[in-house]
Amino acid sequence: MIAAAGAILRKDLRLELRTKESVPAMTLFTLTVYVLFHFGLDRDSLDGALAAGVLWVTLLLAAVIGVSRIFAVEREQGGIDALLLAPVDRTSLFLAKAAALFVFLVAVEVVAIPAFALLLLGPGLAGMLPELLAILALGDLGIAAVGALVAALAAETRARELIVPLLLLPFLVPVLIACAQATEPFMRPDQGPEDLGRWLALLTLYDVVFVLLSVAVFDYLLED
Amino acid sequence: MYSKGLIPLAGATVVTLAAAMALVFFYAPLDADQGFVQKIFYVHVPMAIVSLCGFVAGGIMAIKYLRSRDPSWDMRSYVAIHISIILGVGVLATGAIWAKASWGHWWVWDEPVLVSFLVVVLLYCVYYPLRFSIEDRERQARYSSVFAIAAGAFVPLNFAAVRMAEAYTHPRVLSQTGGNLPGEMRLTFLVSLLAMTLLYVTLWKLELTSKHASMQLKRLKRKLAEREAVAA
Repeated sequence: MIAAAGAILRKDLRLELRTKESVPAMTLFTLTVYVLFHFGLDRDSLDGALAAGVLWVTLLLAAVIGVSRIFAVEREQGGIDALLLAPVDRTSLFLAKAAALFVFLVAVEVVAIPAFALLLLGPGLAGMLPELLAILALGDLGIAAVGALVAALAAETRARELIVPLLLLPFLVPVLIACAQATEPFMRPDQGPEDLGRWLALLTLYDVVFVLLSVAVFDYLLED
Repeated sequence: MYSKGLIPLAGATVVTLAAAMALVFFYAPLDADQGFVQKIFYVHVPMAIVSLCGFVAGGIMAIKYLRSRDPSWDMRSYVAIHISIILGVGVLATGAIWAKASWGHWWVWDEPVLVSFLVVVLLYCVYYPLRFSIEDRERQARYSSVFAIAAGAFVPLNFAAVRMAEAYTHPRVLSQTGGNLPGEMRLTFLVSLLAMTLLYVTLWKLELTSKHASMQLKRLKRKLAEREAVAA
């Protein structure tokens, strides 16, 4: 199972490296949204709750693009039939797609977060790096698990482009709450953690529930 | 098939609803703080509880469908979610009216239950476009069931998250509707809750019966058309 998932993941990453479709588009999108927020809020630098909110809303919106593309290649080129015919169970397909999404999100954040610090964030990033990495890792895991599930749910519908954002964003409200609340104290002028453990615990609970749930129900999707 | 016991059930619903309304208006004491407006509590809170239980029940029926592959379980799950969404919109409306009357605003973001409810209703509204944009019957049932299960698990998680977020910004007593109601109010509340549950089950059965009947009618019409085509 792990070997099959690894093979599909390697295929997805190689495809992304060659076509450069999702990650550059998502990164460009985050930069555009920062510019939009700059003009929309009419602020040159943000701090506190506003900064955390702008950062996480931007990342979630970028994730929508990644999620709606995650099965695109297979569908357009008919590779999904080959994947479904292959003697691997759907769980490995879920693990591979979620892992691919996770890698995409990390790749986007490598650019998007320094860019946020440069363009909009008032206080520096340096003081909160280890904590921010933990929040990002747990947040990305939740987004990746729910994203792969939502992408598979929407894959067979006629109104795919419509269903993905409508379905994904409400599902991610708890992730947004936990990540934004956990990041917010570090983005105040007087940086310092506040209730960090509580929000990380909530994120962990969310991740565990949705990874297990997705593994359990993924067999019923993409069945034929 | 679904209509068994519907008439006595509907009768019981009417009687309990009438009894609940009578208790609300003539028996339960006026709230010292909020006065008459507080009576909406007897509609709003039972409605919210029943609607949430309906969402979770829809998820459990969806599990049953995936286990048994019996389309009637998918139909039950779909109708349960359908009725819950209708009650959910009612919860948002009565919540807004209550908020306007007691706090002066139509919407308050620091009321965790109401805010979580909005998120849940927004999520479940996507059930319709998801379900009806899949043509194949069997696949439609399968995908809808997976959605119902995932969303059913999301409901308690979302409540925990929103409650934590609000408790964090506005530290205050968490349970408002909980234990410490005076006796008359509690009795009225329990009767209202029972009435709302009966109403939910009646509506659910009624909708199932009508869906089943219209499906059968369609099948008969198709058969008739086939026979006419053969005769002609």
